Amino acid sequence: MIAVVDYKAGNLTSVMKALRAAGADPVLTDDPTVVHCADLIILPGVGHFAATKVLEEYGLKTAIRDRIEAGIPFLGICVGLQWLFAGSTEAPGIPGLAVFPERCDHFEPGKKVPHVGWNSLSIRPESRLLSGIRNNSFAYFTHSYRAPVTNVTAAVTDYDEPFAAAVERDNVMGVQFHPEKSGEAGLRVLRNFLEWRPC
Amino acid sequence: MLTKRIIACLDVRNGRVVKGVQFVDIIDAGDPAELAARHAAAGADEIVFLDITATHEGRGTLLDAVRRAAQQLFVPFTVGGGIRTADEAAAIFDAGADKISINSAALARPQLIGEIGAKFGAQAVVVAIDARRVPDRPIADAEVFVAGGRKPTGRRAVEWAREAEGHGAGEILLTSMDSDGTRAGFDCELSAAVSEAVQIPLIASGGAGNAQHFTQVFREGKADAALAASIFHFGIADVRTLKMELQRDGIPVRLPC
Repeated sequence: MIAVVDYKAGNLTSVMKALRAAGADPVLTDDPTVVHCADLIILPGVGHFAATKVLEEYGLKTAIRDRIEAGIPFLGICVGLQWLFAGSTEAPGIPGLAVFPERCDHFEPGKKVPHVGWNSLSIRPESRLLSGIRNNSFAYFTHSYRAPVTNVTAAVTDYDEPFAAAVERDNVMGVQFHPEKSGEAGLRVLRNFLEWRPC
Repeated sequence: MLTKRIIACLDVRNGRVVKGVQFVDIIDAGDPAELAARHAAAGADEIVFLDITATHEGRGTLLDAVRRAAQQLFVPFTVGGGIRTADEAAAIFDAGADKISINSAALARPQLIGEIGAKFGAQAVVVAIDARRVPDRPIADAEVFVAGGRKPTGRRAVEWAREAEGHGAGEILLTSMDSDGTRAGFDCELSAAVSEAVQIPLIASGGAGNAQHFTQVFREGKADAALAASIFHFGIADVRTLKMELQRDGIPVRLPC
């Protein structure tokens, strides 16, 4: 069962539709017991990092952590990627899942923010999530905060400064862009995730 | 590098795409879902539906058109025209739109911007501004009009854009009424004045006639995106051809797409 976690932030119609187009039959849920039974977990996200506090309140954070530790594939989208880090200056009092120890921060000043539109992906060749996607393919972004480039970065995008467009470590994956709005490349990311199996 | 967006706009009335010719006659230009899919396949970076239906029954038809179009669209999809409340916006999001565009209702009650943003994210709220230059006055005095451009508001476009940003708008869609329908080029001076007044992205609209016009509005007009409707209909120019010309001009665009 493929669980799409609903934490009452934004519009999930497009994510559900794209997953169906990628061949999945996703279940939209805010119930931790459903997440506990999931074989794949997707955490979409639009809006403010503070919205992720609902994950804690509903008991979803513990459920997701347990499933990740059990080896279940997890994909965070946009704020869902940022939530994998220790936190964000967007909501300093709200901790993330801290799978990765760094923090997310606002873009440096001197340019238009949010970063909205199609930007290119510099893809690490060993990425499994992005396999089959041509290097420098475009993806659709809309965000004001970004995750740093580290050794778990699967793709780098440049907006006057490099940031993590995708992260990947074993069964934990995240994309800063919106695969549901990134045309064929985006659908390929979703299919890669749906077909992900342990090495 | 962040690319400049080319946005294809479809005017929808009673569930059909329509196109005015010489500003008067409205002719049927096809099925919205089919045309949206065709523009996306040709490389449009986003699709906008602008509902020009006047009747309540027509609104139901719009939701159906949005739902059908959204089924096959995997690029950002904006719907605008006549949205007055957060509930109306919610129905459009539910039908599959990624963003809504509001105009008169935001001017009447700017809090609406924040109300929709709180529920669906600021990125989902586009504030549309129709503006016209005031003769013999500086560009900063360009005035905002509502009711399809029929009613002057006494508001200055630059100030209203800044205020809309303060209320949480995600993007500004600026239409130059002086240029709209002329195919003689965008109003780059107006576009630059508004773009430089705000931090959020500016979509320029009105006056697209050829590729050179797009290059001008991205360079001189400081636009982050440009919207056009009529030139993409009837095969006059498709988005891919336009983007190839822009790329030759050194404008960053999403190619191949």
